[in-house]
Amino acid sequence: MPENIAPQKLDVTIRINGKTYARKIEPRTLLVEFLREACDLTGTHVGCDTTYCGACTVLMNNLAVKSCTVFAVQADGADIITVEGLEKNGKLHPIQKAFGDSYGLQCGYCTPGLMLATHQLLAENPEPDEKQIRKAIAGNTCRCTGYVNVFKAIELAGRNMKGASVGD
Amino acid sequence: MVEERNNGGKGWVGASLPRKEEDRLLRGRGKFAEDIKLREMLYLRFVRSPYAHARILSIDASAAEALPGVACVITGKEIAAETQPFIEIGPDHAQKIRDFPMAVDKAIYQGEPVAAVVAESPGIAEDAAEMVNVEYEALEPVVEAEEALTDRSVLHEAAGTNRVWNGVWEYGDVEQAFKDAAYVVNIDRLHFHRFSSTPLENNVIIGEWNPKDDRIYYGCNNSFPSFAIQFLAAHLKVHIDKIRVQTFDIGGSFGIKITSYPQMAVCALASKKAGGRPVKWVETRSEHMVASAHGNERTFRNTRVALDKNGVITAIDSKHIDDCGAYPRYEPLGCVIWSQVFCGVYRFKNARIDFWQAVTNKCPVGPNRGYSRMQHLWFLERVIDICAHEIGIAADEIRLRNYIRPEEFPYTTPNGCVYDSGNYPKMLEVAKGLIGWDEWRKKQIDAQHEGRMIGIGIGTTLDSGTNNFGQSQIINPYAPFSGNSQGANCKLDIYGEVVVAVGSCPQGQGHETTAAQVVADVLNIHPDLITVRTGFDTERNVHTGMSGTYASQFAVSGLSAVHGAAQKLKTEMKRLAAFLLETNEDELAFGVGEQGPEIKANATGKSINYWGLANIVNVNSAVLPESLYDVTLNCRYVWRAPFKVPDTKAKYGSLTLTYASQLHIAVVEVDRETFVPKIIDYVAVDDCGTVINPPIVEGQVYGATAHGIGAALMETCVYDEVGNMLTSTFSDYTPITSMNIPKIKYGHTSTPSPHSYSGAKGMGEGGAAPIHTISSALQDALFAHGIVINDSFNNADSIFRALKAHDGGQRAELVKLERKQASSAK
Repeated sequence: MPENIAPQKLDVTIRINGKTYARKIEPRTLLVEFLREACDLTGTHVGCDTTYCGACTVLMNNLAVKSCTVFAVQADGADIITVEGLEKNGKLHPIQKAFGDSYGLQCGYCTPGLMLATHQLLAENPEPDEKQIRKAIAGNTCRCTGYVNVFKAIELAGRNMKGASVGD
Repeated sequence: MVEERNNGGKGWVGASLPRKEEDRLLRGRGKFAEDIKLREMLYLRFVRSPYAHARILSIDASAAEALPGVACVITGKEIAAETQPFIEIGPDHAQKIRDFPMAVDKAIYQGEPVAAVVAESPGIAEDAAEMVNVEYEALEPVVEAEEALTDRSVLHEAAGTNRVWNGVWEYGDVEQAFKDAAYVVNIDRLHFHRFSSTPLENNVIIGEWNPKDDRIYYGCNNSFPSFAIQFLAAHLKVHIDKIRVQTFDIGGSFGIKITSYPQMAVCALASKKAGGRPVKWVETRSEHMVASAHGNERTFRNTRVALDKNGVITAIDSKHIDDCGAYPRYEPLGCVIWSQVFCGVYRFKNARIDFWQAVTNKCPVGPNRGYSRMQHLWFLERVIDICAHEIGIAADEIRLRNYIRPEEFPYTTPNGCVYDSGNYPKMLEVAKGLIGWDEWRKKQIDAQHEGRMIGIGIGTTLDSGTNNFGQSQIINPYAPFSGNSQGANCKLDIYGEVVVAVGSCPQGQGHETTAAQVVADVLNIHPDLITVRTGFDTERNVHTGMSGTYASQFAVSGLSAVHGAAQKLKTEMKRLAAFLLETNEDELAFGVGEQGPEIKANATGKSINYWGLANIVNVNSAVLPESLYDVTLNCRYVWRAPFKVPDTKAKYGSLTLTYASQLHIAVVEVDRETFVPKIIDYVAVDDCGTVINPPIVEGQVYGATAHGIGAALMETCVYDEVGNMLTSTFSDYTPITSMNIPKIKYGHTSTPSPHSYSGAKGMGEGGAAPIHTISSALQDALFAHGIVINDSFNNADSIFRALKAHDGGQRAELVKLERKQASSAK
């Protein structure tokens, strides 16, 4: 659209992985674009553009959301955790470790989203059964693993984190 | 990390080693093509045809060009004026097809690019693309291959026909076999549907045609770059060395990303037009669904099967029609690749297959996981099950009577392929044990008494790996391809680091890990001490013209190349160490000492570490005697498959080196009220010879199984009668989710290949075993209701139609059994 009718850029401030990012953006900017393009946090991926695949899943105020379906302006002032924010001082989060130990990934493109969906599941339900695991990641498509080792990874993460909070 | 399990082997090959790729991918530090940003980068958006078949009357890009931030707009006509059409692999009239990366005079599938807009941001490019005004004149679309062959409406006017290729494969004495048959089963029509394994990462290309050095750079996720550069150099009329292709982590390909070279051409040409600034194209999911590539659709007509009185197949006669979509591109290779598995896992000697391929107004096809073989293997499994039901032989029994026997390997097929090894009866036994075959048969009878529809199905399939490109000459005797090769490089870098580069292009198959396992065994060091380069890069000078990742072959071609390079390096290291340690080459021990990896003289105990060896060759060479000047510690090795060019007239020869096999069993119930088919038990047994890394193999089996289950029950590319694609988003296409994958019981058998140095067979594609298996189980559930499964895709809707639309089922229209009692009594 011509520049004279282009909407004004808006100021947005989002706290991501404990760090504050203030940017001037077009109103149509999606949260995933904000993360990837404006903040250079490229661990969050885009797979489908239509909220089906969950490759873009991040935690927004502790809830797993698909960042391709949230405008960045809607996340103004929010607290976001992306895959880059899972590790602590270089040490893998138990969810990350469980995915590795279970061969729960192949190409790794869906893995960040899957791990954040897992994060929310385990925060709500530290000992999910298989049915609960399946349901929790129903919105996360994986094309490589057939989900078999992903289920194992989530069970293992739950076992390993018993007693600890997911935020630890 | 998980504990390394050695699995009783002597070395690292065969060990359950955690993957080297994991750490970066788990931390969100994987580097995918979309993550790459270059200075002054522009963004490209395609303007696509909404019609499946339409003449382009005019393109008005003036409004788009006037939009601030737009660098340029490029059209198909402009591209055609400065490039050569892409190489056509097909012969004769197919050579006349003019294939450019964007439509020139007419668009021949919905979603075909007609123009591309290049702008400062993806948003501006998207806005501007909507402002390009294209005037079309709609033409008659053809969406069915059989109809296309009537040439009622011709897609490629220069070729004059929609027929891409046809040829007959005939062996033995087919007519005599039919005369002698006890039973003849006629099957009117079987259909293998169009689907795609849809990698989660879409196609991404950064193209830069740099005016400073007139070189073209690609950062992308194409999965067969050696093939792409051959097509691109000819098309762009440049020296092939001017093109550099680099790949990174790739978010899945399953073959689909082999076909991104047309878009690669557009990005380079758009960059050139924009003054040499890099141009990035990130495909959207909908673009991927309508216009990247789908798997081949195939129809099997007028099939006749001859069987003896025991239900042993003696001959098959059939006409196969393949639908390759709008442009042949990688095709018509699919017209011959199926013949790698000509007889499937069965012993019949007499057969005639009349094979045709047609273009239609649909998305072009590409080599999707199981490429061309799975369609044929599904056909053969349908033939087996239909014959079994018609004659009244159990599904397991008819297979045992027809399988190639374990003692017959290596087995030469009627068309000269050599199956290296296998044991199908054993796989069946293992699978039946895992699923509890006898119990399920009992439960099935009980369920039938209750009016429930439960079926048990078997699918036996092959994953042929490391193909002989000479089969292209069966399609076109002038095709300049044969054999197969892969390159690898193994070096000690200046400080003595072991660095491996290989011409593959992995997308999650763990090549960095398995390559390190192979080198670790050669040098007797831990795989952690070996760096394997990520991704592909033409500038590593490792690749051959066949480098890439496709066709289930890394374990054979890739690792044989790595092994060869490591051996070459080891030989040089031995010569050097023998000189430095003043001993004989055969009195040296490779291992790890206090100063890292080293070579020790057995007699004196003196040793030299890798730093010392590398130092002398690279920066301290005055120490070297002239007799060692040829030692570089930088060793490239090209592995070649031991193939001959096939006899193209007789269509006879060895077309593939290894044959991994899969045997699946499924128990499926069709809901009586909703007709939803549901898998209630599932077993997958796999045999890929010697296993390099068991969890990686197991992961590939699960992944291929999920693709097959998805394809059998959920995933289909639907077109309406005028060529609109109705499944253009994931929400419509519905890739399989965590809710749809059944529990899979996994079993493994091993018949090491005599055709590879390690006994390994290529694997990963999985032969689409679940598609065959689920068709088999559904027919078992529904045969009593007069239903024969004649399509590879089945869901509640199609089952409902089959059950309700035909009084007493469609079997009577589809299948005819002739019992020739006179001959069976002989």
